[in-house]
Amino acid sequence: MPEMTYRDAVARGIAQEMRRDNDVVFLGEDVAGAGGVFKATVGLLDEFGPKRVRDTPISEQAILGAAMGAAMTGLKPIAEIMFSDFLAVCFDYIANEFPKSRYMSNGQTKCPLVVRTGNGAGSRFGAQHSQSVENWCMMIPGLKVVAPSTPADVVGLLAAAVRDPDPVIFFEHKSLYATKGEVPDGEIVDTLGTAKIVRPGKDATILALALMVPRALAAADKLKSEHGIDAEVIDVRSLVPLDTQTILGSVAKTHRLFTVEENPRLCGWGAEIVSIAADEAFYDLDGPAVRITTPHIPLPAADILEDIVLPTPDRIAEKVARALGG
Amino acid sequence: MDILMPQLGETVAEGKITKWFKAAGDAVKPGDNLFEIETDKVSMEVPATASGVLSEIRVQAGEVALVGAVVAIVGDKGGASASGAASAPSSPAQNAAPAQAKAPAKAAPAPAAAAPQNFVAQPQRQAAQPFDIFNEVRTPLGNYGPARLANGVQITPLARRLAKEAGVDPAQLRGSGPHGRIVAKDVTTGARARPSTQQTLATGASASQVKALFPDTPFTEVPLDGMRRTIATRLIAAKQSVPHFYLTMDLDLTALLAAREMINAAAPKGADGKPGYKVSINDFVIKAFAAALKRVPTANAVWAEDRILRFEQVDIGIAVALEDGLITPVLRKADSKPLAVIATDMHDLAARAREKKLKPAEYQGGAAAISNLGMYGVREFSAIINPPHATILAVGAARRAPVERADGGVKFVSQMSVTLSCDHRVIDGALGAELLAAFKNFIEQPVTMLV
Amino acid sequence: MAKKASSAAAQDTRRDNDDIGEEKRLELYRTQVVLREAEQRAFDLFLQNLVKGTSHLSLGQEAVAAGFACAMKKGDLSFCTYRGHAHTLARGVPVEKVLGELMQRDNGLMRGKGGSMHLTSEEHGVMGSYAIIGAHLPIACGAAWRAQYKGDKDVSVCFFGDGTTNIGAFHEALNFAAVWKLPVVFVCENNLYMEYTAIADVTAVKHPAADRASAYGLDRIIIDGNDADAVYRAAMAAFAKARAGGGPSLIECMTYRHSGHSRADPAKYRPDGELEKWKERDPIKVYRERLRQFGISDAAVEEIDTDVRRIVDEATEVCKAAPMPPLDILTIDVYADGGCAWRN
Repeated sequence: MPEMTYRDAVARGIAQEMRRDNDVVFLGEDVAGAGGVFKATVGLLDEFGPKRVRDTPISEQAILGAAMGAAMTGLKPIAEIMFSDFLAVCFDYIANEFPKSRYMSNGQTKCPLVVRTGNGAGSRFGAQHSQSVENWCMMIPGLKVVAPSTPADVVGLLAAAVRDPDPVIFFEHKSLYATKGEVPDGEIVDTLGTAKIVRPGKDATILALALMVPRALAAADKLKSEHGIDAEVIDVRSLVPLDTQTILGSVAKTHRLFTVEENPRLCGWGAEIVSIAADEAFYDLDGPAVRITTPHIPLPAADILEDIVLPTPDRIAEKVARALGG
Repeated sequence: MDILMPQLGETVAEGKITKWFKAAGDAVKPGDNLFEIETDKVSMEVPATASGVLSEIRVQAGEVALVGAVVAIVGDKGGASASGAASAPSSPAQNAAPAQAKAPAKAAPAPAAAAPQNFVAQPQRQAAQPFDIFNEVRTPLGNYGPARLANGVQITPLARRLAKEAGVDPAQLRGSGPHGRIVAKDVTTGARARPSTQQTLATGASASQVKALFPDTPFTEVPLDGMRRTIATRLIAAKQSVPHFYLTMDLDLTALLAAREMINAAAPKGADGKPGYKVSINDFVIKAFAAALKRVPTANAVWAEDRILRFEQVDIGIAVALEDGLITPVLRKADSKPLAVIATDMHDLAARAREKKLKPAEYQGGAAAISNLGMYGVREFSAIINPPHATILAVGAARRAPVERADGGVKFVSQMSVTLSCDHRVIDGALGAELLAAFKNFIEQPVTMLV
Repeated sequence: MAKKASSAAAQDTRRDNDDIGEEKRLELYRTQVVLREAEQRAFDLFLQNLVKGTSHLSLGQEAVAAGFACAMKKGDLSFCTYRGHAHTLARGVPVEKVLGELMQRDNGLMRGKGGSMHLTSEEHGVMGSYAIIGAHLPIACGAAWRAQYKGDKDVSVCFFGDGTTNIGAFHEALNFAAVWKLPVVFVCENNLYMEYTAIADVTAVKHPAADRASAYGLDRIIIDGNDADAVYRAAMAAFAKARAGGGPSLIECMTYRHSGHSRADPAKYRPDGELEKWKERDPIKVYRERLRQFGISDAAVEEIDTDVRRIVDEATEVCKAAPMPPLDILTIDVYADGGCAWRN
């Protein structure tokens, strides 16, 4: 199977959908001529022209508002918010407009759009350009929230997001853009709301998202070789809809639950999942559910500091081993 | 019409009338200011919205009224009131009621004033939506005992569930988890804690209290072993928590005894001259009870706290008396086994039970059980259900009993009495009766078990 | 403003040069009366505790809504604020649908799920009422973008108050619309007050919308918002420009609300005499006079008044008899699959 970077998978996914449907349009800051500040949208302007691939002013409210107006009236826009931290400057659309219009209008208003955004740490950009903010969106009824970890999932989930009739916030991890993975040829369309067991195991369930997935896998290898612990790793992929069947099914098998979250601790996505498990799967748990997160502090810029705050394979393995030990 | 105290803000509950611009008896027309009100937030004039005569002022200047209260009445020229004599300021909720009452009955929505808990009872219009917004997370309804046992030992939720399902007393387990916590594998490996003399059963009088009742009577103290302790705790729990009811029938054994004789006579003989099998009445009882459970499959079920589990295959526990207790090995797929196999399997299970060599899997499960005290001459008795079983069939001794013949004369036949104990949570009276009647038919016409 | 208004009035009296015509004038009048009567009724029903929650009336501002709505074609889209009853009714949404929503009944436009601040009727081109100040200006841009992309001639019309001109989304949307040359018309209803504070007290320029137009390369347009003819003409001009690919317009309509900001506001902050002065220029009063100037009989006017009152009376009775919404609509239409499930 051909290999491709996560970065190129973004452009491939967008192009796949724009070729399929003329109503798919793409707007954002520096996305057209420059091909994106992360070079994730190179080539789209050449193929689809300035009418469908449009640079915007630095006006995040205008970008998301325009995407919504276009979506309401028949287009299927993909909007880019360069850094997910900037969702805060256009949060009205995320929190009040996209997700509530259908409900408030008793089903009259539709909002089929995708907001792509660069999320996560690892680039030494500091506290306002490195955050993992998927939990900001997870808490809002009416939104769907997706965060892929592999190039193949980028293509498939992006296609699913574009085809989905609801507003989807699509978190791309900045530190994964350069990673490579196998991507099948031809059209790829995945399914929102499905988690994936990326490493089967019987002793513990480790949930992870985006950049934390490869780290959880590395931790699982370490747990096996150093402690004889056979951990199951699940890439959650989609926070809303949430594939609780896969997650709780795994907990029913392993009886131990761990989450690996890049977001700061309080109200991170894992808190909700642990809460569900503590309720619904309580009598499947043979020990405390453990969350491994970035500490509850703003992200520092210096590499030595940033590296130490994100969950690492060593930290994950140590926490799991200690929790499972006698 | 009624003039109401308007809602002057989302959070305002009452208003004070500071001034009346009109007096009782004055004519008013729409737009005329009637009164001025003041709340903690604003003051404003309230105009009339209809023509008429201000017939009555119920809340005077300087008085406070709840939002929604009738403060005055504007009637037709004659001054007729729209609302009769109600005079006390009513709460907003009460005031909403008349508006509700005007809604056509056929629309049939629950009133908006209904308490939130009534929401749950609303039938969901979208039948295809299993998602229930008031049960977004499906909390298990069962309870599997405390997280910290009476002896101070902690036990994980999974271990609690497994212990209860297996009928194991957690107090008997030794914890291997952090801080001595009992974890799942402690239950599954059946690790037993050393019986402690301090430990007492949860209910009843203490040993010293009981001993005090026998000050002058010699006795021997027998320490409890694990089995005795388990029997005690489980049967107390069963008798207290399972709603039992009992059904008794007399069965005619004439055809069964004849069939048994024929079958045993036809058993092939081995090299040592012994027959390959010997079918007992009890084997017929097992076979017939299994066939009855197959015939009445809704009774082949167990209670599982928030649901009922129904089974395809029929597994039956058979109580086996031991020297110092009893155990109930489970005969699997009894419905599909020939009598000879049942006889052989039971022989093996009972032998190993007496040697205490059964594996846990061999005495766990089953939806029904049989306890036969016929060999002791017991005529009939009622048994305690052993959870998770939903029934237990208590079998008495075969006896000769007089019955009325068709011509009015009397004859003696071989009979046996059985009593079926049922868990009412799973099996209602009629269903239990149906099960027992099916059993009776198979016993009285054993050849039908071949079908 | 006064100058423009008086010159427009002078033109109007020349019947031989009437660009609007009797039929359209009667439509403009009737629309204004519908808005007036329906909103006055909403206030009465609020006093009877039959209208719940908050509501923001446009009493006194009817000429703006009527002037624009009567200039709009089918396919043109309205984007309104929480003060949106008038703009919704002006597009032809039945009175009982609006009153029903205000009374939170099952017959309301959104069956009680949206309420007064979110009136929406897509079949009438009313694409929603937005209660977060400024949010709908970019959204209107997006709808206009769709028309531009598809080559349609539809115009998006976005109404907002003077207070909106100081929020970021206003400026983002104007620049965005101008640079993309979008067929969108921004209509500022300057009624002199934001909520309780005069716009003049908190704004660096005298005309909060029009004086910002030049920053986005747009014309400075200020009109008499209490004269439906002036509004109608300004709307027609802006629509023609938009349909011809000339891009957006920003129109500041000078008007005045007769009531407070919301139902809980007695508007005590206004100087003595101001309301009375503006009531002299009540748009309906102004327009009755206009009709008389054009020789339309008082009888024809009264017939409209009577008919509208009957419609509003009937709508009121329909709403009073309408059931409350069934509780099962709670779970409907959070997501496009019709439900609200966030997990499997």
